[in-house]
Amino acid sequence: MVKVNGTELDIAGKTVAAYLKTTDYDPKRIAVERNGNIVFKSRYDVTVLEDGDSLEIVSFVGGG
Amino acid sequence: MIPSKKEWTDALITRHGSALHKRFSSATVAICGLGGLGSNIAVALARAGIGRLILIDFDRVDITNLHRQQYKADQIGRYKAEALAENLLEIAPYTEIKAVTEKITGENMVSLLKDADIVCEAFDSAEAKAMLANGVLEQLPDRYLVAASGMAGMDTPNTIRTRKVTKRFYLCGDEVSDAASAIGLLAPRVMLCAAHQAHTVLRILAGEYEV
Repeated sequence: MVKVNGTELDIAGKTVAAYLKTTDYDPKRIAVERNGNIVFKSRYDVTVLEDGDSLEIVSFVGGG
Repeated sequence: MIPSKKEWTDALITRHGSALHKRFSSATVAICGLGGLGSNIAVALARAGIGRLILIDFDRVDITNLHRQQYKADQIGRYKAEALAENLLEIAPYTEIKAVTEKITGENMVSLLKDADIVCEAFDSAEAKAMLANGVLEQLPDRYLVAASGMAGMDTPNTIRTRKVTKRFYLCGDEVSDAASAIGLLAPRVMLCAAHQAHTVLRILAGEYEV
């Protein structure tokens, strides 16, 4: 299982990019942390989620 | 009459104590975007005695900015970075300020931000916020990033908060109130979020890393 923003999901084995495709997140508005480290944008499609990973997806909204 | 630098420093030390003042006055903070968030962050940090501010915005002051941003009517049309630098020097005359009127991109980000101990993300568009957050976290991993998301509209002020996302990444705001879908941005709620960001900067400099 992979914890995504606090919720356990059965997505181990998928890449970050593949998981994001199953969500409503806009890839241009997010930052993704895996186990406390930023996942480089250029590595979403080669970063494979492992059992026990913790993923934190920050999705920005406009305004400032 | 403007006080001498010694009088100024003594007054800050009286307020903050010499240990905190030393940390604040030796710090460099970059503020990316000088709108409702950035201009208010800058005023708070200049008042607190931050030694050096890097103010970055390519835009100019518009009449529609004045309801929430720290500019004056006679500054309409001026570069925000230059107008804000002037205003800050009226408030806190011994602040060292670098005003940058360039647009931050993936290419110039490191050269613009490398001197900063802490980077404040204070952009307006969600895409620009994400671009800067990813860029700083990827390219300047030993800096602190204090970003903001969600401060628009008439919702309660009590949902504006600060969250520590990772060791060096703090996020302020309610994370949901989008300026595009709400009634827009109102000075107090934007200032609240800016105050969260500015205070988080001071806490990091003070060695208080938890939220």
